[in-house]
Amino acid sequence: MNAIEIKDFHKSYGTVDAVRGVSMEVKRGELFGLIGPDGAGKTTLLRAICTLLLPDRGSILVDGLNTTRDAARIRSILGYMPQRFSLYQDLSVEQNLRFFADLFQVPEKERLERLERLYHFSRLGPFKKRFAGALSGGMKQKLALSCALIHTPAILVLDEPTYGVDPVSRQEFWDILRLIRQEGTAILVSTAYMDEADQCERVALFFKGRIAGIGAPEALKNRYRYPLYRLEAEDVRRLRDFFRSLPEVQSTQLFGDALHASFTQPPDSRQWSEWQAASSGNLTSWSPQPPTIEDVFLALIAESEANDSEAQ
Amino acid sequence: MTMNDAKQMTRQISVKTADLTRRFGKFTAVDRVSIEVYQGEIFGFLGANGAGKTTMIRMLCGLLAPSEGSGSVAGYDIYRQSEAIKRRIGYMSQKFSLYDDLTISENIEFYGGVYGLSRALIRERKEALIRQVGLEAFADKLTRELPLGFKQRLALGCALLHDPPIVFLDEPTSGVDPEARRGFWDLIYQTVALGKTVFVTTHFMDEAEYCHRVSIMREGKLIALDTPAKLKQQYGRSNMQDVFVALVKE
Ligand SMILES: Nc1ncnc2c1ncn2[C@@H]1O[C@H](COP(=O)(O)OP(=O)(O)OP(=O)(O)O)[C@@H](O)[C@H]1O
Ligand SMILES: [Mg+2]
Repeated sequence: MNAIEIKDFHKSYGTVDAVRGVSMEVKRGELFGLIGPDGAGKTTLLRAICTLLLPDRGSILVDGLNTTRDAARIRSILGYMPQRFSLYQDLSVEQNLRFFADLFQVPEKERLERLERLYHFSRLGPFKKRFAGALSGGMKQKLALSCALIHTPAILVLDEPTYGVDPVSRQEFWDILRLIRQEGTAILVSTAYMDEADQCERVALFFKGRIAGIGAPEALKNRYRYPLYRLEAEDVRRLRDFFRSLPEVQSTQLFGDALHASFTQPPDSRQWSEWQAASSGNLTSWSPQPPTIEDVFLALIAESEANDSEAQ
Repeated sequence: MTMNDAKQMTRQISVKTADLTRRFGKFTAVDRVSIEVYQGEIFGFLGANGAGKTTMIRMLCGLLAPSEGSGSVAGYDIYRQSEAIKRRIGYMSQKFSLYDDLTISENIEFYGGVYGLSRALIRERKEALIRQVGLEAFADKLTRELPLGFKQRLALGCALLHDPPIVFLDEPTSGVDPEARRGFWDLIYQTVALGKTVFVTTHFMDEAEYCHRVSIMREGKLIALDTPAKLKQQYGRSNMQDVFVALVKE
């Protein structure tokens, strides 16, 4: 039996179709990522899995139990951390953690081990006595995460857990998720960070209420259709504007200090020299770039926008 | 001296602090930080959670009194002239930027009112802003219904409504998807092209590369400040993610 099984799930709010027919499953012990643009319907799906809203059509089974009929039993085996979860602001860090440990009836011995692990990741150890209300934004988020991870449910659902979390803590958070998965927990997690998708065994690319792609990160990357290059320049924004105007160019995206450009055909060396000259030496280097999940994601959005404007 | 150095020396200073410090009880959240930010610059402000970024911004915006040290914003003193500063800056806070239960149009009118703009000016800028952000069809929708990426672009527009020379953006792209983040940074570039100064915090290290200069804070102290290129060179790393991890994770 799968941990989560979703069949043809639909949900609308008034005239807005938030999720329009989603079928997928999360296997036992799987670390599964949900990525997609803002407003794609990720939170709606996660809330439905957690029995917080009912499907308009279709069904969701959690550990074989139906969300429309067995809400109470599902809630007892499933851990959920909602987006922008807020804690008890007038309790200290330590009191918040203890509150959740009590709530989930975590045995004393296990509790200490877990707290140590969580304090290590969150770096909140020196601030145990501080009120949650006086923590920085990211510290609050890390405390909320720690409260959600203080017990190990069979199934864990996390909605954008790393919102506002700094890069170092983010790495350590994912180390913890992998540990929890090794203990047998199935984890479903949504994120706006594309590098986190690579940490998942499988990923669903969510787009406009539907799944636009699902599979292992490597398999999704293999679907990228155009020859892709990484370009460096003196002024990378100016280079983007230059490459955008070329007919051979399929897409251009900034990636930090570099530009990813895809082409309809792999360019030959004559073309590269021409472009180097035409950009007045701005282009300093180029090399083939294996597509990242972020490239796949951006290509998907661009494709859909192109389809929309054609339809008009 | 290169052309760029010469240019920087003659550039106007937008924000300047010397040994700026803020304590909460015995705890020092910002510890003797000295910076200079130039006009027209995108100044990135990085650091681990709790490093003191928001506390620093709140002092610069005249929202929180410093414990020690000095600072000026747009030429005004942060102790004595915080009202003058508030009129000359835009601020997007980490927690809150727009009222979810107002329509988009109402939010813009509200901010225009707060900044004391005339009705006619509000109307004019509102239309321009709605067009710029691409929300023509949504002006009368509740802000709550907007995807986060749009909301943040609209919030930046609201922070710029009174045409301030400096804006402070505290994590404007947290939780925003990769496509919308790029759109937001295009707006930041348009803003500095107008000669404005942008002071921005982020936890996305690709965005650190988009800043002209970047500072990194650790436990209240400033531990690095330079262009992304120079920081990468200095610490022998190929990207800002690795520089950040090397500096912050000891
Ligand atoms: N009112 C307060 N009382 C006590 N401590 C406070 C108060 N406000 C902030 N602090 C502490 O000051 C430190 C700096 O917080 P600040 O919000 O400036 O961090 P930050 O760098 O913005 O972090 P983040 O990336 O998480 O937003 C934190 O340890 C925080 O708990
Ligand atoms: Mg902050």
